[in-house]
Amino acid sequence: MDKFRMIFQFFQSNQESFMNGICGIMALASTQMYSAFDFNCPCLPHYNLAYGLGILLVPPFILFLLGFVLNNNISMLAEEWRRPQGQRGKDPAVLRYMFCSMAQRAMIAPAVWVSVTLLDGKCITCAFCTSLPVETLGNASHPHLSPGEIQRVLARIPCKEIYNGQQLIANEVAVRYLRCISQALGWCFVLLITTLAFLVRSLRPCFSQAAFLKSRYWSHYIDIERKLFDETCAEHARSFAKVCIQQFFEGMSTDLVAARCHLPRKAPVDAGEAAEKLLGITDRGTMNMALKSWHRCKPPLHLHPPALPTGNGWAGEGQPPTHPSAPRRETAAYYSWV
Amino acid sequence: MDRFRMIFQYFQSNSESVMNGICGLLALASVKMYTSFDFSCPCLPQYNMAYGLGIMFIPPVILFLCGLILNRQSLVMLEEWRRPQGRRKKDLAVIRYMCSSIMQRAMVAPVVWIVVTLLDGKCLICAFSGSMDPEKFVGFANVSAVQVQQLLAKVPCKDDELVRNNVSSKAVSRYLRCWSQALGWSILLILIIAAFLARWLRPCFDQATLLQAHHWSNYIDIEQKIFEETCCEHSRLFAHRCILHFFESMRQEIKLHSFSLPREREAPEGEEDLLQGITDQDQVNKLLKTWYYEKPPLDVSQAAQR
Repeated sequence: MDKFRMIFQFFQSNQESFMNGICGIMALASTQMYSAFDFNCPCLPHYNLAYGLGILLVPPFILFLLGFVLNNNISMLAEEWRRPQGQRGKDPAVLRYMFCSMAQRAMIAPAVWVSVTLLDGKCITCAFCTSLPVETLGNASHPHLSPGEIQRVLARIPCKEIYNGQQLIANEVAVRYLRCISQALGWCFVLLITTLAFLVRSLRPCFSQAAFLKSRYWSHYIDIERKLFDETCAEHARSFAKVCIQQFFEGMSTDLVAARCHLPRKAPVDAGEAAEKLLGITDRGTMNMALKSWHRCKPPLHLHPPALPTGNGWAGEGQPPTHPSAPRRETAAYYSWV
Repeated sequence: MDRFRMIFQYFQSNSESVMNGICGLLALASVKMYTSFDFSCPCLPQYNMAYGLGIMFIPPVILFLCGLILNRQSLVMLEEWRRPQGRRKKDLAVIRYMCSSIMQRAMVAPVVWIVVTLLDGKCLICAFSGSMDPEKFVGFANVSAVQVQQLLAKVPCKDDELVRNNVSSKAVSRYLRCWSQALGWSILLILIIAAFLARWLRPCFDQATLLQAHHWSNYIDIEQKIFEETCCEHSRLFAHRCILHFFESMRQEIKLHSFSLPREREAPEGEEDLLQGITDQDQVNKLLKTWYYEKPPLDVSQAAQR
């Protein structure tokens, strides 16, 4: 159990750091994704807004979902939420705590994407170049340009190579203006998010510390219990497999003795452990038969006490794997009267 | 317990270092943020000052809040401040000490941002180019008021066609940058002198109270860490016992329902123990199904009495 204890202490103390690490990696990945992404404004009146806002809002949504998917605890939350009540009551506060902590971590990468996008400015420039206040920034007195024409000219602002409205409004002036607005929005967004995070973190001890300690304890407990149950089942499966295989080999060995009339225990006494481990199978033909039998007719998932000389799956194909054989039941019925 | 002791000694000696490390990282992050930020002054009369001063002051507020959020000790301090008195008195000196040490660390990154901004000069040029007195600069003296505002507002944008080859705009730019750098270096000097004096003169004032406050603030921090570790250890033991109890009750139920023979031969004993009496596929399936549909109650008092 010492090994378990060390492993679980490691997981527990590091579970938060592990989740924070994944969170940080996703935030870095989102900045990297943005810088690797080749932003290409369409420079057409109605498409600009859709493209710009799409690049601003769709990847954060994807990153948010990815944040949930990469979080191991989502299945734990779902399991705890959907399990039947049984003998253990469900505490909605614990479920809320688990969900909140997961949602908070999942929101970091989308927030990073939105901030980086706004601070860079290309998206807002692309999306809102057609809504520029031409009267204040440029010369609105171009009588031969209809509003539709003006829209088309303005839409080409992000694409400097094809921009043809230098008389209407200078490209640099427009880009600087839009970028200034975008960066102001970006910094305000970051300030808002940071203030919210600060408030959430600092108001909690003021109001609901006892409830928080309780929810945190029980959510850690559910996690540890699940891991420990998995470990116990794995141990059980290992022992089950070991005994099953041992019984298979013993059965094989017994059958061979019965079928071939080998004299038992011809091997010298001092062969020791190695001879025991051979489990009575000492030549190629026998080993091949054992392997073939293991493949063709695996033993049933039913470990019987070794006293009864029943064959396992080797002798009887198609034996029902789960019901004890009839003679055993009779004997058991006799014993139960004691 | 040895392992616990080692871990906690590590935490004790290093909680200050961890906090200093975070402080340093935030300062580096603030420099990196400034260099990677694409400063782009709008060069429009009403917007310049808002943009310039905004870039100078909003990121420091953000960095300050980040410094508070990332510092674990701020939570500890808040909990200590807001807890009900109970049977342990609250010592305001300790809370004040913790608060001041948290604030000092949180202020490093904002100060770094402001100093870097001032030493670079772009923000101040952008914010105050429109407030310059045009009489001082030859090129702007004979221009109408509205035009002069426009020209001055365009000074930060060196590539703009109106001011590209304008000597006076370069003069304005140099003048503002000179002021900005002077301000930056002065602030840096004042802060370093203040920090130096604070550290040197601290032992002259009430060192005993300081030592007490330092000790008890460390104590509160460690106590909370140990409490969390103990809760983890406890929940692990609780889970372990709960699961063993569950397997035990399953084994008894199986014994009741399936009339299986009591073991006549105790071979191989270790494995049989681990199998907990669950030895076939149906029993395993039943166990797993019961684990999902009817988790055992959170009550290991019966198991403890065994």
